[in-house]
Parts: sequence; structure tokens; C-alpha cells
Amino acid sequence: MSSEAPRPPRRLRSAHSSLAAHGEPFVWLTGGAIAFAIAMIVGLLAFIAVRGAATFWPAPLVELELSDGRRALGEVSGRERVPAVDGRPACDRTLLKTATFEVTGNHFEWFDDRAVTRTVRPQWATAVERLEGGRFHGVPVRLVRGETTVAEGPERAWEEFRRIHPDVWRRVREALRIDRHDRGALQRQLRAARLAVVQAELRAGRDSPAHAAALAAERTVAERVHERSAALDAETARLRDENAGWGLEFEAAGGQKRVLPLAGIVRAWQPNRLSPAGKAGVYLARWWEFLSDDPREANSAGGVFPAIWGTVAMTLIMALLVAPFGVLAALYLREYASRGPVTSAIRIAINNLAGVPSIVYGAFGLGFFCYVLGAGIDEAFFRPALVADNQPTFGTGGLLWASLTLALLTLPVVIVATEEALAAVPNSMREGSYACGAGKWQTIRRIVLPRALPGIMTGLILAMARGAGEVAPLMLVGVKKLAVDLPIDGTFPFIHPEREFMHLAYLIYDVGFQSPNSQAAKPMVFTITFLLVAIIALLNVAAIWLRSRLRRRYVAQQF
Amino acid sequence: MQASPDASPAAAASGRGPSADPPADRLAAVAAGLEVASEVHEQVLGETPVLEIDRFNLWYAGKQALHAITMPVPHNKVTALVGPSGCGKSTLLRSVNRLNDLVQNIRITGDMRLNGDSIYDPRMDVIELRKRMGMVFQKPNPFPMSIYENVVYALRIDGENSRAVLDEVCELSLRGAALWDEVKDRLHETALGLSGGQQQRLCIARAIAAEPEVLLLDEPCSALDPIATGKIEDLIQELRGRYSVLIVTHNMQQASRTSDYTAFMYLGRLIEYGPTPEIFTKPILRETEAYVTGRFG
Repeated sequence: MSSEAPRPPRRLRSAHSSLAAHGEPFVWLTGGAIAFAIAMIVGLLAFIAVRGAATFWPAPLVELELSDGRRALGEVSGRERVPAVDGRPACDRTLLKTATFEVTGNHFEWFDDRAVTRTVRPQWATAVERLEGGRFHGVPVRLVRGETTVAEGPERAWEEFRRIHPDVWRRVREALRIDRHDRGALQRQLRAARLAVVQAELRAGRDSPAHAAALAAERTVAERVHERSAALDAETARLRDENAGWGLEFEAAGGQKRVLPLAGIVRAWQPNRLSPAGKAGVYLARWWEFLSDDPREANSAGGVFPAIWGTVAMTLIMALLVAPFGVLAALYLREYASRGPVTSAIRIAINNLAGVPSIVYGAFGLGFFCYVLGAGIDEAFFRPALVADNQPTFGTGGLLWASLTLALLTLPVVIVATEEALAAVPNSMREGSYACGAGKWQTIRRIVLPRALPGIMTGLILAMARGAGEVAPLMLVGVKKLAVDLPIDGTFPFIHPEREFMHLAYLIYDVGFQSPNSQAAKPMVFTITFLLVAIIALLNVAAIWLRSRLRRRYVAQQF
Repeated sequence: MQASPDASPAAAASGRGPSADPPADRLAAVAAGLEVASEVHEQVLGETPVLEIDRFNLWYAGKQALHAITMPVPHNKVTALVGPSGCGKSTLLRSVNRLNDLVQNIRITGDMRLNGDSIYDPRMDVIELRKRMGMVFQKPNPFPMSIYENVVYALRIDGENSRAVLDEVCELSLRGAALWDEVKDRLHETALGLSGGQQQRLCIARAIAAEPEVLLLDEPCSALDPIATGKIEDLIQELRGRYSVLIVTHNMQQASRTSDYTAFMYLGRLIEYGPTPEIFTKPILRETEAYVTGRFG
């Protein structure tokens, strides 16, 4: 203290301390973390997008001539290196989608490169997508109708096929529509009439006037259904007759000839002859079928429209259910409940609920919603079906129960987000409202809620993203492998929330891991995943757009 | 909440600080925890009061924040509350419309009367009470809705839905708050797009829309720039004579320019209360003079 000599200026201890003070390593550390996270996510999404989008592209058909004289025609769907084994040198091999299940029992086959003597792309090689039996690859040789040959040779046969097939296919679809939907509607009419009889019997007793009237009504309905059914039979028979006999004969790679009935061909293309525009046409047509049609062949072909519908409907119903419950609960916790140990305990409990495995929610949904609530509803309103068919209506999984289960699952997310949003509303606004003579609820409804709405939307977006991707609980409460009857249709009462439905996330599991032909289903799995991610992104974008609109309206900053 | 600093009774008992008679230095006496009488000028008592504060005490979390405040607030006059930070001005103001009810751990004795009606009567409906007053806060707090809806908010929550009535009140209030000409073409746009000064005038329009018996202004200019402040002060001048205004301010010039009466508070006590010219030019107490001339506080 007393020394008079001026102290020399303090020197920096080391370059290291200077670096730490400027914080550059931490910029790199934090930046690296975010770069890593982005790389992982973008990588995953890009992988899914590329594989998913490539599924429907018409790949060229390759013919391999093998050293043992065999020939194989197919799409290249993979290559890998075989390591050297037992003195045989290492070599590459090719996985070919040969689509020769009927002949060899395999859809795919590996070919060692050293066994291949020649690789060509035959000009007339045709890929055929069949209604049943998967793909078929071959060269068309002639078009037949019954015993007569209509066109001979690949070029003429193909031309004629292209001219005739659209009409044939239109008739096939018409017959399918009649079988799947019109007949189903008739069956439902018949069942409704039958259940009305049971209902009358339960209410008024056997041989009562009401019962007799119901019986008479059932007879009328039965007659009408019978008539209608006969008309449908005649219609489908006519359609099938018109299609009968038409066939396209192919020569497969092995030289075998095979006639494919035209009515069994969904689509055929000759990838080696197609122009880029033609390929794009096939590509888009296959995408359209995928998006708009019902599934075929154990979900591994055709479309996924019912699953898209089910996913979107379930997610939206879930959001509609979870929003009021979550917001009301959060309002009580934040605005009404006095701060104290009980409130804190409840808050902690809600946060913990978010960590409960989703399958537990599924089990709860099945046990409570289906077996207690649903059974109660059946007992009260759908007794005839229970008595006559021993068939539950609401007492089993369905769209409504699945949505409710997921609403329960996502409730903590919404409550927590809403509480945060409510806490972020400045107290000065509440005070201003009270000073105007507003009551608590008036203040909440007119000031606090509008102001908190964007934050509440954030919670809903998170909930929707979580709910739309959930599979495990859905398997218990109403998602099915195949359910082409949508929960909304033209039969009274038009909305059927008790029906089982399809869901894209479950479809991924089903097609990817339960399919008998998993190799062929693999591209479909990527496409379905791609679609699911796209749908969730779309729902989120819509919600974010809505939120930004609300934010502009209610939370614009001053100055 | 303002609470008096550690003015413990022990300090008073130990004999430190002056004890008897009107103490020579009242501020020191107050700081020592002694009760001192307020100097209230004759003229104040001659006015018709709109609001009578009667031996009002307030404790926050066990600490006394207001000490036996007794002051009448004259009808249709502007009354300013001045004093250093933490002296209880805002607490007193928020006690008038019972906004302090929302704060936990508050205890109150004494009463206030609004035109003769006891404010702290247990039978008084606090919602109805607040409808008889208007309040403007430090920071402009427009509601997240249109300018129009902001102004007619008090009427809306009272169930008034007649377009004609609302339109008329909206225009009158906005004219009263000197904001009409600036916003008449965008009444239905969001109020959050206004500038800070406009927002504060909107809050004043909102406060006068329901024809309040008393208007409470809590440092209405503290978040504004000088130009906006000037506009608000002009506005308060215009309100004088039409509304009974009770305004808290830190700004001595503002108090002297805008108010008819000024009350000087210190550590939860009312020290001196009189006509503004007298408080600022020839106050009874040296302490008041020291404060208003800026030599202390």
C-alpha cells in the first residue's frame, strides 16, 4: 500500500486465458453441437425423402445372360460386394427384382457378376403391375381375345393393349367399387332393418304391433335389397363378361409364354422405351394411385388413401379434444389456484405424465374408453347389435377412442405450454382490466386468453407432432391393418366415429415388419414414411401460419 | 410493495432522534419510526371532497407501508402525490380502487369513502366500485384488441352492446384524451400499433370512457419521451375542472404545472398537503421545501 513505485501494468497470464475470455472455443462448441444436430436430422429426412420419392420411378429393365445359359429380366435394386470365401475371389453381385414368384418362388434374386456373360436392356421389356400376384416382367408377344389373336408381335400387341386397356381397367374398377362399397351399403341396410326388429322386440315384446311393423319393414327392405343386389350382380357380370377373354401373352426371360388377363393388369410400362416425359407420366400416375386409392396385396401395393384419411382425421380430432381440456386445466392452475405445495405437486405430476410410456395410455384407453365407456354406450344405445350379433359398436377400438387416448397422451404438453403462455402475459394487462371493473373471468376471456393464444398454439403444434407419429397405443384402440370403410360416408348418420381406421405410422410397422414379401415392401415403407413426415410437416406449417397470424394480431410490440 | 425501512420501535425507545413536540426535523423523526402529524392547509379542508381517506393504514407482509393517512381529495380538482421512491404513493393510489386486493399478505385498517360510500365496507362490491373509477398505469398497457374496443372496454364488460352508444362514447373519450384526430381513421386497427404516447392517451381515454368519479394516474409519463409527456400534461390540464384527478408523479415540474393541490409523502406518512402554489413557494415545513426544490430525495 505504501510503496511509491508505480506498479507495472498487469500482463495477461497466457494466451489460453485470453482465448477463454473471448469465448471463441465456446462459439465453436455450441455451433458444433447445433451443426451436428442439424446434420443428423437433415440426413435422416433427406435419406427418407430420396428413397421414398424414388419408389415410383420406372427403373429400366435389365436382362442378364448367365454363363449357365439362364436369363433373367428385372430391375436392379441393389449391389454389394461379396468377400472372398473358400479360395473364390471377391466379386460384386447384383440384386435383381425378377418378379418371377410363380416360377422360382422368389421376387428377388442375387447374381454374381462373374456368372453374368451379357447385360442388355431389351427394347420391348415390359413391367406389369398386376391386381394380384405382384409384378411381372416380360416381352409382350400377342394380344388375344379368347382363342383369337388380335395383334401379333411386340409392337402391334403393345399398341393394341394401350388402346384397349383403359376401357378394360375402367370396367374392373367399376366392378370393384360395386363389390366393395355398394354391396357393403346394402348389407348395412339389411342389418339396420334386422336390428330394428330386435330393438322393437326388446322394447315392446315379441308379437307386439311395433314388432310386427318392424318385421314388415324388414321384409320390405329385404326385398328391395334383394332386387338391388340382383341388379348389382347383373351389372358386375356384364362388366366381367366384357372384360373376359382379353389377354396379353408375354414371353418371360426364361422363354416361357404366359397369358395375363387384361382385367388383372393395373398398369404396364416399357421403361426402356419411355422418354423422360413418359417416365414422369408413369411416375405421377403411380403417385396418384398411391395417394388416392385403397391398398391391395396386404398393403404392399396400391394406395394408402384410407390411412392418410385416418391419420389426418385422428390428429385433428385429437387436437380438437386436447385443446379445451388442456387450456382449461392450465387456466385453473395458473389463474385460479393459489400458489402452494398442492399446486406444485399437481404441476410436477403433470410433467411426470409426459414421461409415461405411450403403451400405458393405450392400455388405459382400451380398458376405460372401449371397455367401460364404450360398453356403457352400447348398453344404452346399441343394445340390439349386442343382443342379436354379439357385436360391440362403441365397445371396441375406433377413431373416437383412439383420438381420445392420444388427447390424453398429449395433454401434459398442452398444459405445460399453456401455463407458460399464461405466465408470459404481462400483469399490467390484467391490472388494467381489473381497474376497468372487469371480473376475473372477463379478464381471462377478453385479455389473457387472446394474448396467450400464440403460445397455446405452440403447445398444440407440439402435441400434434407427437400424436401423429404415435403407433403403440393406437394398436390397442382402433387402428387396423385394413379398414377401407372410412369413418365418414354416405350412410346415415354419415359420421361413424366408432369405426376402426388405418394409420400411416401403423402402416409403416405393418408393411415393413409384418409383410410376407418384405424385400418388395421396403420401398413402400420409405414412401409411407416420407408421406407421414410430409403430412405432419404440413399440419405443423398450417398451425404455425395460424400462430403467426394470431401473434401479429395480439402480441405486436409497441414503438 | 413499499415497506418502511428498518424503523424499529427499539430505535425510538432508545432515545435516539428527537422525541417531544413537533420535531425540528420531521423526516428524521419519521425515519426513526415516530408518528408525526400531517400539516394540512386550510384551503384543502374548505373544498368539497370526492374521496376521503380516513386514518388509512396498510401492512404488507407484516411491514407497515402506509401510516394513518388522512386526506380529502377535492372534487373536480387535480391532486398530485409527490415524494421519494418507496414512500407509498402508488400503494395509496392502488388502495383507492382496491387493486391491492390482488396482492397476498396485505392487511388494512381505516377506511376510504368515495362520495360518502365506504370503499372498504365488506358489503362493497369491488367490481362495481372499480367501475366508478378510472386508472392509468406507469407503462401504457393497451389491451390486445382494436383501438375502438380498448376505449369501450369498460362498457363492453358492463354488457353495453348498442353500437350507437359505444360509437358515441368512443368518440367522446378519444376527443377527451386528445387522440381522436390521430386515430379516427383507424379505430378498428390493433391498438398495439400506436406509439407509446398515443398508447398512454388511449389508456386515458379508456379510463374516462365510463365517466369515472375519480381518475387515478400512476406516474403516467414515466415511460414517455418529453414530447409525449408534454401532450399528456396538456391533457391533464384539460381534464381539470371536469374530472377529479389523483396523480402520482416523481416530476416536481409536472406536479407544479398540472395540479391544484399537492401532497408530500415520506416513508408511508403524509407530511404536508396544500394548494400547489403554496407547497412549491411557501410551504409550512422546511422539509417540504427541501424536497420540492430538489435539495433532498
